[in-house]
Amino acid sequence: MNVLLAITAGVLFGGGLFMMLRRSLVRVLIGLLMISNAVNLIIFTAGRLVPARPPLISAGESALQPPYADPVPQALILTAIVISFGVTAFAIVLMQQTYRSLGNADMNEMRSTDTPVEDEEEAAS
Amino acid sequence: MNAWSIAPIGLALAWGIMGLIFWQRIRLLRWLGVLGSTSFVALSIALLTMVQKEKFLILQVGAWRAPFGITIAIDLLGALMVTMTSVLAWFIALYSLTEIDESQVRYGFYPLFFLLLMGVFGAFTTGDLFNLYVWFEVMLMASFVLMALGGYRAQLEGATKYVLLNLIGSTFFLIAAGLTYSLTGTLNMADLAVQIREIDNPSLPLVLSALFLIAFGIKAAIFPLFFWLPASYHTPPVAVTALFSGLLTKVGVYAMVRVFTLIFPFNGTILQPILLVLAGFTMVTGVLGAAAQWDLRRLLSFHIISQIGYLIMGLGLFTPLALAGTIFFTLHVVIAKAALFLVSGMIQRLTGTFNLKSLGNLAQTQPGMALLFAFPALSLAGLPPFSGFFAKLILVRAGLEAQQGAIVAVSLVVSLLTLFSMSKIWQEAFWKPARREGKGILPVHMWGAVGGIVVVGVLLGLFANPIMTLSLQAAEQLLQPSMYIQMVLGGQP
Repeated sequence: MNVLLAITAGVLFGGGLFMMLRRSLVRVLIGLLMISNAVNLIIFTAGRLVPARPPLISAGESALQPPYADPVPQALILTAIVISFGVTAFAIVLMQQTYRSLGNADMNEMRSTDTPVEDEEEAAS
Repeated sequence: MNAWSIAPIGLALAWGIMGLIFWQRIRLLRWLGVLGSTSFVALSIALLTMVQKEKFLILQVGAWRAPFGITIAIDLLGALMVTMTSVLAWFIALYSLTEIDESQVRYGFYPLFFLLLMGVFGAFTTGDLFNLYVWFEVMLMASFVLMALGGYRAQLEGATKYVLLNLIGSTFFLIAAGLTYSLTGTLNMADLAVQIREIDNPSLPLVLSALFLIAFGIKAAIFPLFFWLPASYHTPPVAVTALFSGLLTKVGVYAMVRVFTLIFPFNGTILQPILLVLAGFTMVTGVLGAAAQWDLRRLLSFHIISQIGYLIMGLGLFTPLALAGTIFFTLHVVIAKAALFLVSGMIQRLTGTFNLKSLGNLAQTQPGMALLFAFPALSLAGLPPFSGFFAKLILVRAGLEAQQGAIVAVSLVVSLLTLFSMSKIWQEAFWKPARREGKGILPVHMWGAVGGIVVVGVLLGLFANPIMTLSLQAAEQLLQPSMYIQMVLGGQP
């Protein structure tokens, strides 16, 4: 199970990176989503995978008996998922607005921030 | 147990909510901004005096004992950073009274301004690694919206680049925090400091610190990771740029200082020379990038990067004097940089352009503005008697003491290039005959804000000694984490 999850995370990372290197804004966004899910999987796996053993301290003991799956990383992932949900929602809206003002979704066309000012001035005059 | 340590976060949240309640009351909101920032300044000065007396203000949230709950802890470094943030925010709020136009206020500039400050305060005061990640996200989320506020095409494009690269940075931070937990079983910074030192295999902490270096390096805009900054910082209104230049990258540097002194002390490892090399490259690429620019704001944006190099240099040297230099340099550069950005905003207000080629003759038509530009510009270049001189002097001395001649030489050359860059602005905008004459009168509070922040910068130079003493104390605290650890883990009932 560990190996399977590790491979899944690796594939997600690779795929996400590949998508992020594309020029289309939508693909970049999908890539970002894949990477953030890969991170969540890594943390989930790092908290150990133990099926069918709830992290409850049984009667008469003062600490969890191994093997158990650590619940804290799972709580961290929950927080991370909520944050990435909010951030992604904002990124989608931002990209839609960019698309509207730009007329297409090609990253190579996003040059308004890099145009030297003198060109602008000369174009205006 | 000291509940005051959570006060900056709480106060910023309260003002943010006030901003939401009075969502459409434009005039009221503008003055709420000033009033709110005044309260931050008062609170932060109170905190600073408290920290000087008690050394640490520590709150265990929800009364959960230290390694289990979230700790909010302010030490001297945190208090200094909070104070600097509040002072900067006050001047920005004053400047924003007219700089931020009505539609931007209507779209929530002021609530976002306060929430951004909440994120920054949170990052400066938290004692928990994952909590630091959450505050980073709060800060980033507010900054994303502030960056895009107004919706001009360049702004949207700049914001897209900014958002994407910063999200990648956050991803790295999250991996690093998650793996740190799986290695040690704790997220409390003080407890982490204890646990990491007990790990036998030195390569595991080294890998983690490299991950943290990338994560914070993206936020702090150090050498190979800074490309989002010049692509985006010149697009929002100049008040927002000044605020970002003072806060966002500095939070990245702060996180580096905190994590690399408390949790992963890297002296003696391979990371130390790497950091020094990165510092040198950051300085050089920043200043050379600036040399090629003719847009005032983009030129200044590149200088942000160059100055980050000095901050990293102090951290890389890793001596008490060098760290004190980093802290003092942070205070200096935040004030000087914000002042320069605000002056550039005044110039644009007056003449309608940021283009150095069409500006000119301002020294004659606006002597007051020329003066306001000259002080922070000379300070940034590191001329005595301004704060930049002392900041660089300390770093150079620390570098020589640590026998790192190369980085000292680089820093001095970059200093000279900075002076060249500043004199280019002076020559182009203030001395040569103008292609486009400025007209109109600027509102008085704009003059007040810029004048005030310049005065603060000058005072920082004139009273360099007491501030340096504070920085040295803060650096001592950082390099002897045992007291912090003890206070967080066992200092309270």
